This record gives sequence, C-alpha cells and structure tokens, in this order.
Amino acid sequence: MSDRAGLFLALDADGDGAHPAAWRFSGRPPAAVLGGRAVREVVATAEGAGFTLVTFADSPVPPSSGLEAAGRLEAGTRAAFVSTLTDRIGLAPTLHVTSTEPFHLATQLAGLDHASKGRAAWVVGAANSAAELATIGAQPLGADALRREITDVIDAARALWDSWEDDAVVKDVATGRYLDPDKVHHVDFAGAAFTITGPLITPRPPQGQVVVLAVDELDVADRADIVLVSGSDAAAVAAAATRARAAGAGMVFAEVEVVLDAAEPATSRLARLAEATPWPAAGRVRHVGSPAALVELLRRLADAVDGVRLHPAVLAVDLPVLAEHVLPALAAAGLHRGPRAGDTLRSTLGLPRPVNRFAAPATTNA
Amino acid sequence: MTTERPSSTEYDPNAQVHLGVFQTGVGPQLIWADPSSAPHMAIETFVGVVQLLERGLFDAFFLGEGLRVRENRGRAYDLDVAGRPDAITQLSALAAVTERIGLVATQNTTYNFPADLARRLASLDLLSDGRAGWNIVTTDNAWTGANFRHGGWLEHERRYERAGQFVEAAKALWGSWDGGIDGVVAAAGDAKSWARPGSITPVERHTDLVELRATATLPASRQGRPVLFQAGDSDGGRDLAARHADVVFSANTEYDKALAYAQDVRARLARYGRSPDSLRILPGAGVVLGDTPAEAQERARWVRSEQMSGPRAVAFFEQYWGTDLSAYDPDGPLPDIEPSEAELDPSRGTLRIDQRNGKLATIARWRELAEQRNLSMRELALEVAPGHPPFVGTPAQIADEWAHYVRTRAVDGFNLLPHLIPSSLEDIVEKLVPALQERGVYRTEYTGTTLREHLALPPLDV
Repeated sequence: MSDRAGLFLALDADGDGAHPAAWRFSGRPPAAVLGGRAVREVVATAEGAGFTLVTFADSPVPPSSGLEAAGRLEAGTRAAFVSTLTDRIGLAPTLHVTSTEPFHLATQLAGLDHASKGRAAWVVGAANSAAELATIGAQPLGADALRREITDVIDAARALWDSWEDDAVVKDVATGRYLDPDKVHHVDFAGAAFTITGPLITPRPPQGQVVVLAVDELDVADRADIVLVSGSDAAAVAAAATRARAAGAGMVFAEVEVVLDAAEPATSRLARLAEATPWPAAGRVRHVGSPAALVELLRRLADAVDGVRLHPAVLAVDLPVLAEHVLPALAAAGLHRGPRAGDTLRSTLGLPRPVNRFAAPATTNA
Repeated sequence: MTTERPSSTEYDPNAQVHLGVFQTGVGPQLIWADPSSAPHMAIETFVGVVQLLERGLFDAFFLGEGLRVRENRGRAYDLDVAGRPDAITQLSALAAVTERIGLVATQNTTYNFPADLARRLASLDLLSDGRAGWNIVTTDNAWTGANFRHGGWLEHERRYERAGQFVEAAKALWGSWDGGIDGVVAAAGDAKSWARPGSITPVERHTDLVELRATATLPASRQGRPVLFQAGDSDGGRDLAARHADVVFSANTEYDKALAYAQDVRARLARYGRSPDSLRILPGAGVVLGDTPAEAQERARWVRSEQMSGPRAVAFFEQYWGTDLSAYDPDGPLPDIEPSEAELDPSRGTLRIDQRNGKLATIARWRELAEQRNLSMRELALEVAPGHPPFVGTPAQIADEWAHYVRTRAVDGFNLLPHLIPSSLEDIVEKLVPALQERGVYRTEYTGTTLREHLALPPLDV
C-alpha cells in the first residue's frame, strides 16, 4: 500500500461506455463513436475533471456481433490523436501481445510517449480467442505458451525502450557525429516464439519506460507498474490487492463500474439499460447510486489500493456527474489531486524514471 | 522560357502542380548541424511543419519508414539524423491539429499483418475525416527482418506478390461494411440493432503468402479508403502501382526520364483498364531556392557540402571498401589499400539498390575519375554520391519549369525532400507557392476536404 493518502483515478473511455447498451443512451447518432470528435470530447472532459489517465480498450475483432456496437477505432491511434490536444492526462491504449508485432508495439508506445511528452501508458492485452488470432492467420496459444508470450513481449518492449540511452543524440558539430553509437544498442532479445535484434527506431521515451498496466489475471505483477484488480465488493478488492502486492505489484488499481444518479435515478437508468441488454457481471465492484455514496466507496477502497479505474455505464451521462460531483468531492476530502500541466505520467504517479539498463553506472567524483 | 518538346504529345493548359513533403526522418539529406535546424524528434517540430504546409495548401505530408536503425560496419551509423516515431501514431497526433492536409504513412507489406495494418490505417483515415494515405513499401531483407517475428521469411522475388495480395486484402476489409457507415450503423438509439444484420462481411484469405480471417471494425471514411501510394522504379514496382496505386512516387525528376516514366506507367494503367487520370505521378525531389540564380547555385553548393561532410565522405567510401578508413584524410586522395572482396551488404539501409552490385568495377571507375580530375575523397563523394537537388533556381525559374512539367503531363507534381527543417519548407511556402499560383498551376484555396479530393483523383467505384 502506498504511504500516500488518496487515490489516482483512471477512466476507461471506450466507445459509448461500459454498458453494452450505452449506444442507445448517448444522445448522439450511434455512428459518432467512430470519429475523432467523440474521442476528443471524452478525453477533454476527463482531463478537465482531473482524471490521472484514460484507458482505451481494444481487440482485433469487433466489440460485438452487431446487435450492440460493432465498430471501434484502433486504440493506439485514438490515444495518439488526443496526445496533441491534452497536456496532463495519461493516455493508455490496449495493445495486444498476441496479434501484433512486438517491435511495432514498442515503437508505437514510444512514439505516443514522445508525442504526449511523457504521458504514455500501455494496457497489456492478450487476445487469445480463435477469432482474434485468425486475424493474423494464427491459432490460440495454450496456457503456458500464452503466459510466456505475454512476459516475452513485455520484456522485449522494455529492453527496446532502453535501447537508446538518454544522451545518445550528441549533435557534435566538431566531429560531425549526430549520435554516439556506443549509446545505441542491439537488444538481441530471444523469446520463446520470436527474437528481436534492435535497437528501436525511436529514441528512448521521455519517461524512460512507458507505464505498464496489466489486469491481475495476466499474472505479470512483477513486470507491470500498475496491476488492475477486481473484486465484487470492497473486501474482495482488498484481498485481491494484497495478493497482487505479494506477487510483486508496485501499484494496484481497483476496477469499479459505475451507474450514477443523473436526471434520472441510477437504479431506473440501469433498469432501462438492462431492458435493452443485460450487463453481465465481470466480477468488479459495481456502484449503482448517488455520487456521494460513490465517494464513500472510493474512500474505503483508498485504504486498500493506490487508485481505481472507473468504467461508467454511459460516458455521456455518467462522466459529467463524475466531473461535477465525484472528483470535486474527492479533491475536497484530500483524496485526489489531478495532474499538473506538463508533468509526465510517471511523475504524476510518483513513479521514478527508471535507470537505463545499458547505461554505465555513474562514476562518483567525490 | 520553356519550349514545347516534341516527345510529349499532350498539353493540358489547366494542369495543376500537386505537392507533398516527404519527411524521411533520417538520412544524409537532412542537415542537422546548422543552428536553424529544429529538434527533429520534437512533436512541436512536426506540428509546426504540418501546419506550415497546410498554410501552403499542400496535398500531403508523408512520413518515411525504416524498421531498423541504419548501421555502418555493425554499429549505429552516427553521422546522419537518426531516430523516428511510428508513422501512423505520429500522423494520428498530427491529424488532431490540422484540418485539410493529407497524412501519408509509409508502411511495409512484409513485416506487418494485413488486417492489423489495414485497421490502423482505417483508424487514421476516420480520425482525420478522410485524409489518410498509405505509401506501400516492400522492404524484405533479413537484416530488417531481424526485428520481427518472421525475419527473412519472404523470398525477394515474391515481395511484390505478397504486397499485391496484402493490398487486395486491405481493400477488401476497407470495403466490407456494405453501404459504408450510413449503410451499416443505426441512425438512432432506438433501432433494433447497432449494425444492420448481415451488413458487415468477414474477409478471408488463405494463400501461402496471406492467411487471415477478419471482420473489419471500421467503415470506409469519406474518401472511401486511404489513398494508396507506391514507389518503385522496378518492373514489379511499376506493375504494382498500375494495379493498385492512386499515386506513384518515382525517382525520375529529369524531364525526359520523367516523361518516359509517365508514358510507361500510363500504358500499364490502360492494361489494367484504368484511366490515365486515376494515377498521379509525384517524383521525389529536392529544391534549393535563391532570390537570384547565382544565389540559388551558391546555396545548393552549401547544402551539398553540409550533406557531405568530411566524416560522411569517409563513411561513404567505407561502405564500398568494407573496412575502416578513419585513418584517411577526407581532403586527401582515395585510400591506396585494396577494398575487401565482399560485395556491399544490401541491408545496411544506407545504400541505394543500384549501388549494391559490382562494387569493384565502381571503385575502379571512381579511381580513374579522381585521378583525372585530381579529386579528394570528399570532392569525389560530392561528385558520385546521390543527393544532388534537381531543382535549383529562383522561385520564378522553378515555377516556370514545373508548369511545363505538369502541362506536358510529365508529372502531376512533386514530393519534396526537405534538406533543412523548417527553413527550406518556409521558403517554398512563402516564395515558390505564390509563384506557382501566379502561373495558374497551383490552388489558391483547398476546394475539397479529403486527400483524394486534393489529388483530383476520380471517385472510387463503390
């Protein structure tokens, strides 16, 4: 548990919201979700409200068969699109280790970190259904191979992010050298299913290492910066957080679904959503009720976790309530402080900028 | 004053110059040592350039691709600008701060998965509201492949075959939402379903080069699909362009070669049943401007000498000699030692393809030339290394020349290779663009919003 009192707040900003029927209640044409404006607006609202970061869910296949939303912009491009429109909020796309090239994945995230000046994060995805893997002409992996692929791709990305030392670009006019070749390294990564020589084509990300988030189920607490845990109530969340920390997690965020009182009470909103489509339980805390009660829940969770990731049922309805009532109340109670303009995500989170594995140890001239 | 040349049978008085900028991001043509050179990885530099070009009413901004850091004798090549962002990521960031200019990503068909790349390009196309382009390249060498899951898997001779199947699968995915966004997605939240049942068709390909089964998560953008660019002067490259591309890059900037190239490519178009106007020809070109012809020539000499510094001249010859030449003075004669027997490594990324074979004969030729004209290593490198900007002159001179090129259908415009960012582009926007406008060969405002419209390409068959 962090010695810092309070909570970091992440927002999952996918589509029209976490509820499968969210598209029916967004007050805009359903197709709007496939344009830049929708992405721009939701992230601007989240940044204005003081969220620490936004996450963008993704999959190589459509989010539904068509009864609900079947369209989705790729997460990395959505995050990049808002990088030049924001100056403090963290941007965390889901990229899948199984259905992409690890080298491209590491490059895309490094590029996002440069474009956002140090606000990139990566939600590790491990798509492994037959349909998802068929998009690259492959078969699902067995449990052991999948686990190995996840750790290999994280390790490869982390090695590639270090492959340029911070001071590799020297621009020495006298010798005509743009870079110091001793500070740009082959990584010679050898995983079970792939190898990568390196270096990355992109200089080291401003944060040194992009912030890595992974859900508990991926079992990479020792490799992630933030582990996302689920539990159906506060006690279950606390138990999951304890287990994640024992497994090596540095920071732990709890997953929380929210349906809030708005113009219409939360319970009747949820009933109308459920009438259209049921919302299957994902084993997460689900708060259905008033903003004040949500503040109370988050206050209790703050004893067990460093942050929460909120999954609003309908972004168009719940996000304004979070912005107007929940975040200000948390701030007033000293439980949350939004990031400051120009800060990197690491500095907002209080995470140190990692030393480069290839850098020679600093010599002390005492 | 230009004269009509007999070799062109066409004259279009209304022809327009289409301009793009090809920002390779790395390489010897970019001058970095000058104090006016902007930090080349900073997002502000990219935002500044792309907004400048939009003010200059350019059709497109291109990012290059190189999937391995260039090397010289096994170590990162240290004399050129190096380090670049992921193209689609960077262009998505730039889409948010621009409204009209096209955004073109160079992306490889050997070391990408077709459905994954098609989806990322479609996302850029929708986020930019119809301004995305894809410059298709087929880099297949094992040296680059060492960064990928299946390095060196593709036989060199089959790279265009893979590219053709890859592009065809991407086009199928982009067209798989029947009737586009309006034909698929419900108009309001009270509809029975989000998507009209049966309106999205999965795409399957099962060949030895492309294997996938995917359902597109995105509809076509307002321009129908990303505009397809293709470079490649080889027979396979020209053929791929004639079959699939909307715009072709070429290296032919010299008038007669440009015209011959255009005629060849248009003949190929006809073979595939495409109209001559369905493919725009934009050669890559460097431009050096001056207020007087003499000033332009002087400036071009300065650009070349910055591009070919002493250490670069030594490194240039090291690639041919295959050995360390750092003990040699770039202002002295060519090394007297014999080069290694080994042919040039084709995978270093610093040599053009046509320079990779027959190096001993090349070196013998250079020795003769250096002896005859008493050239130092650096002087010889300036003479024989590629990179001479083809267009050097006053804005009026170059505008006259380009007007002749486009009116006689030798080219449809140029893809400019800047040597100094941002000042070489500022000169073009502030001085050359007005000169082109005065001659009636350049737009005075954007008349469309999509890249396809800027290029005046015919609408896609639906």
